[in-house]
Amino acid sequence: MKEIKKSWKNIPIGGNILEAGNSKNYITGTWRTFIPRLDKEKCVNCFQCWMFCPDNSISIVENKMVGFDYDHCKGCGMCVSVCPTKAITMEKEEK
Amino acid sequence: MAILLKDLVNKNVPLNGGHRMCPGCPTPVIVKQILMSTDHPKVAANATGCLEVATTIYPYTAWNIPWIHNAFENAAATIAGIESAFRALIKRGEIAEDRKQTKFIAFGGDGGTYDIGLQSLSGALERGHNFLYVCYDNEGYMNTGIQRSSATPIGANTTTTPVGKVSYGKKEPRKDLISIVAAHHIPYIASAAPHNWMDTMNKAKKAIEVNGPAFMDVISPCVPGWKIRTDEWKGISEAAVKTCFWPLIEIENGEWRLTGESKKIADGKMEKLPVEEFLKSQGRFKHLFKLENKDVIKLIQDDVDKSWNYYKRMAGYND
Repeated sequence: MKEIKKSWKNIPIGGNILEAGNSKNYITGTWRTFIPRLDKEKCVNCFQCWMFCPDNSISIVENKMVGFDYDHCKGCGMCVSVCPTKAITMEKEEK
Repeated sequence: MAILLKDLVNKNVPLNGGHRMCPGCPTPVIVKQILMSTDHPKVAANATGCLEVATTIYPYTAWNIPWIHNAFENAAATIAGIESAFRALIKRGEIAEDRKQTKFIAFGGDGGTYDIGLQSLSGALERGHNFLYVCYDNEGYMNTGIQRSSATPIGANTTTTPVGKVSYGKKEPRKDLISIVAAHHIPYIASAAPHNWMDTMNKAKKAIEVNGPAFMDVISPCVPGWKIRTDEWKGISEAAVKTCFWPLIEIENGEWRLTGESKKIADGKMEKLPVEEFLKSQGRFKHLFKLENKDVIKLIQDDVDKSWNYYKRMAGYND
C-alpha cells in the first residue's frame, strides 16, 4: 500500500477529518527493523498475538490466523513473546 | 456471559493500526481491552497525553468511535458534559432508540489523572455522572520526556529526579489514587494489568455497565520511560502483579476485593515474589542494583509491603 500525501487542495474545509479511523492510510511498517514470520503448521489459532498486538497487525480470516498486516506492524516482537507454540519468529528485514 | 477471544477477533477494533504510539506500547492494547468488553455504542474523551497525541496526528485519526480531546486537566469534566448533553437530548426525544444505551469513557495518563486532572475527576465523580474513567498508568510524564509524576515509584530514574552521586532517583512513594477515588464512594473502582486480559475485560464490562461513575487504573509499562525492550511489557506487567507492586483490586459498592493473581497470593495459593523481580528488567531501576543503593531496594520492598497489607486488610484478610 502506498501512502497518500495530502496537500492543502484536498484537505476538507475547516481541517475536518471526515473518515473514522483513517490512520490505516498511514504506513507505520517502515519503522520496522525486524519482521515477524508465521509458521502456519505450528499455529493453533489461540489468538494471543491478536490480543497483545498494539498495532492491530494480526490478520484473521474466518477464525484463522493468516498472517500479518505489514503496512502497520512496527516490529515490536510482542507476538513472538506471547506465542505458546513458537509459531512466530522474528528475522532481520531486508529493505 | 463470558468473553471469548474467538468472538472478539471477528469484531471491529475501536482503535485502528497506523497510530503512532511507540512500538511495543501496551496502551493501545488497554484501549482495545476496555472498549471491546461490551457491545454498547461508545463515546471516548481523552486527556492530553501519549494516547491523545499519537493517535490523532493530523490529518489522521485512529479512532473508530466518536472521540473528543479538550485540555490536559479536564477529560473527566469533558466526558461529564457530553453525558449531561446526551441525557438532555434523550429527554427532548432527539436520540434514536438504538443509541440510547451509549456509554461514555474517558482515557487519561497518570499525569492527566493523578496530578493535573485530579480536580476535574473528583468533581465528575462527586456529581455522579454515568461514565468510566480509565487511567493508563505509565508512572511518569513519558510523552514530554520522562519527568516524574506523583505516580512514579520510589527510586525511579527520571529526567527531573536524575540519578547521580547524591540522588538515587525519586524519594517519595507513589500516590494511592485508588483510595482517593474510593473516598468518593462511587459504585465501581478497579485496578487492572493488561497481561491478564480476561480480568481487565471483566472489570471493564462491570465498570461500563454499572449505573454511575466508575474508575479504572491500569498499569501500562512504557518502553522509553521504563527503559525496557519492546517485547517485554507483558512479563513486566505480570511481575508487577506477582510482586504485589500492583495489586489487582476491585471495589464494588464499597466492598473491597482482590482478583486474579493478587487473590491467589492473598489466599496463599501463589508465592509473593520479592520486588527485585519487578525492578530487575527495567533500566530506570538499574542503579538500585549497585552496592551503594542496596538499602533503597529494602525501602521499596517496605513500601510495597505496607500498601499490600493495607489493601489486604481492606479486602477482609487478616495479616
